[in-house]
Amino acid sequence: MDLLLRMAWRNIWRHSRRSVLTLLAIAFGVVLLVFNIGIQQGSYDVMIDNTVRMFAGHIQVQRKGYLDTPRIRTSIPNVSKLAADLRKTTGLETVSARATGFALVSSRSRSYGVIITGVDPKYEPMVSSIPGTVRQGRYLSSPTANEAVVGSSLAKNLKIKIGDELTLLGSGRDGSVAATVIPVVGIFNSGSTDFDRHMVHLPLQTFQELFTMGDHGHAVVILSKNLEQLPDTMAKVKNYLGQDSKLVALDWEQLLPGIKELIELDIAASWFIYITLVVIITFSILNTFLMSVLERTREFGIMMALGAAPFRIGILVMLEAFVMSLLGVGIGLLLGAAINYYFYVYGFSVPGMEEFAKQFNMPDSIRPQMSFFVFSIGPSVVLGATMIAALYPALRIRLLKPVDAMHAV
Amino acid sequence: MEYTVVCKQLSKLYHQGDVTIAALNKVDLQIQKGGFVCLSGPSGSGKTTLLNMIGGLDHPTSGEIHVDGKRVDQMSKADMAEMRLRQLGFVFQAYNLIPVLSAHENVEFVMQLQGMDKKTRADKARAILKEVGLEGMERRRPAELSGGQQQRVAVARAMVSGPSLILADEPTANLDSVTAEMLLQMMRRLNDVHGTTFLISTHDKLVMSYAKRLIGLHDGEIVDDERRN
Ligand SMILES: Nc1ncnc2c1ncn2[C@@H]1O[C@H](COP(=O)(O)OP(=O)(O)OP(=O)(O)O)[C@@H](O)[C@H]1O
Ligand SMILES: [Mg+2]
Repeated sequence: MDLLLRMAWRNIWRHSRRSVLTLLAIAFGVVLLVFNIGIQQGSYDVMIDNTVRMFAGHIQVQRKGYLDTPRIRTSIPNVSKLAADLRKTTGLETVSARATGFALVSSRSRSYGVIITGVDPKYEPMVSSIPGTVRQGRYLSSPTANEAVVGSSLAKNLKIKIGDELTLLGSGRDGSVAATVIPVVGIFNSGSTDFDRHMVHLPLQTFQELFTMGDHGHAVVILSKNLEQLPDTMAKVKNYLGQDSKLVALDWEQLLPGIKELIELDIAASWFIYITLVVIITFSILNTFLMSVLERTREFGIMMALGAAPFRIGILVMLEAFVMSLLGVGIGLLLGAAINYYFYVYGFSVPGMEEFAKQFNMPDSIRPQMSFFVFSIGPSVVLGATMIAALYPALRIRLLKPVDAMHAV
Repeated sequence: MEYTVVCKQLSKLYHQGDVTIAALNKVDLQIQKGGFVCLSGPSGSGKTTLLNMIGGLDHPTSGEIHVDGKRVDQMSKADMAEMRLRQLGFVFQAYNLIPVLSAHENVEFVMQLQGMDKKTRADKARAILKEVGLEGMERRRPAELSGGQQQRVAVARAMVSGPSLILADEPTANLDSVTAEMLLQMMRRLNDVHGTTFLISTHDKLVMSYAKRLIGLHDGEIVDDERRN
């Protein structure tokens, strides 16, 4: 084996310029893959994070069945106490109780159907970015205040401004009519048309009184420190809920199935580009290997005459491919990791993104994901593809006859 | 009498379009163990073809070949390769050596294929290179050796694992007469010392003068067979 390895190594450097070029092609491909996949995964992280932080949270505890059919009666009793308990169990402050209902809102001129959310003004800003996007007026002040905050598009549609009053009309938990007149103290602009057009926030207790909820609510929203900590937080929550079969803990993937689909769609689209890249690299390598095998026909003939089985020579060729590919992939991985690390530290931003990000309370740059997946998928696919490419010239050697091979020059 | 090579009614036909060329035509041949046999004949007379058949590099069209008592013509490709590895040594006209390996490593290569351990390999390679007069040049690559030195390495490589037969196809064709003579003297000495059988094809009168037996080939048939000393 040692002699074979030595031969492989020297054969690679026999045409050093050709080998260096091939090596660089492999390395370049790997750098592209590592960087692109890093940024792609990083941008998904940002996307998930932004969406999750906007409103849904990483985890929600709900009454079973509420997610599929959000009826006002499918509620959690003593929701504020549950939120307080979960704060203790998880050790996180970022836990907030909510209640949700539907109502018709009217200003002097118009009416719209909206979603009313009762929130705890103290904790809501910790689990949701919406309170932070209030552009006019202020957010809710206390759990009992008689005031509302509305989305910017809704405010425009209703033609209202700060200080104007809204009329709410819905039906309470017990089926009674829920109606009130409430002043608007703030208008938020989350950047999401859904929220800005259809959302009204009320203090939790005000909501509970209006909809005759008692101490009931519909969800406790929990924001984990980050995605990595999520499984740990989830475990604690599930452990706390224990045998309480009426409540379930749902994670963001269940709460926001759309985002997962969106990511999968984006991955499917990028596959095409990655496959094209890998195919191009593979063909450039196949070309090199094929040339290096064809020009050595006579040499292989001699080796066969000496009694080397074609299988052995095939192994030599595969070994050359492997060493070369490993070198290229290694260089590519080192470079790619360095580039990704740079952007992980300093952030990767597209011009114009900062403005946009500030406006919607989002991070102003993407950091490449520093995960095993990012650093392993590109290199291993390239390594695998080059080995498959090398298989063809290696197998061709079986077809060589020593006599014919030695005729070749 | 022990024979290293026995050929019976050996024929090799090549078809080119409608024309059939008999490169070998019903050749009967016996070569004794320890022989130093020279195969001469004009270009196209079938010398290379005969060596290749005996060496198991190609299958004959008909007839039998026995090397060391074993039927070569009926062997599978893999068995032929195994026989070449264990029992035969080859020396070709030129570019015999693996260019990326040093003289020492070229000699080692065959023993490596045989699965010999590293220490034995190194010792044997050093000894045989010394025997062919290449002491001190073990680490040189083929490109750093003269044509004659390269042929010596090729002979050393063919000899190193003690084969019963060495087939040399015009080994001196690319050498000047002085170098050729030195190579021949060396091969004769190896033949005398180790008793290895040599079968050498050539056009060269000088080579013929070293032969213990001289076989003349013409149009694929043996036309002359002369034993000396
Ligand atoms: N692969 C082949 N296909 C067709 N004909 C062949 C082939 N190999 C050899 N021949 C023919 O067989 C005959 C014998 O060839 P061979 O190479 O054995 O001659 P040779 O005695 O070695 O000649 P030289 O001295 O030129 O090397 C020639 O007529 C040659 O043209
Ligand atoms: Mg010939």
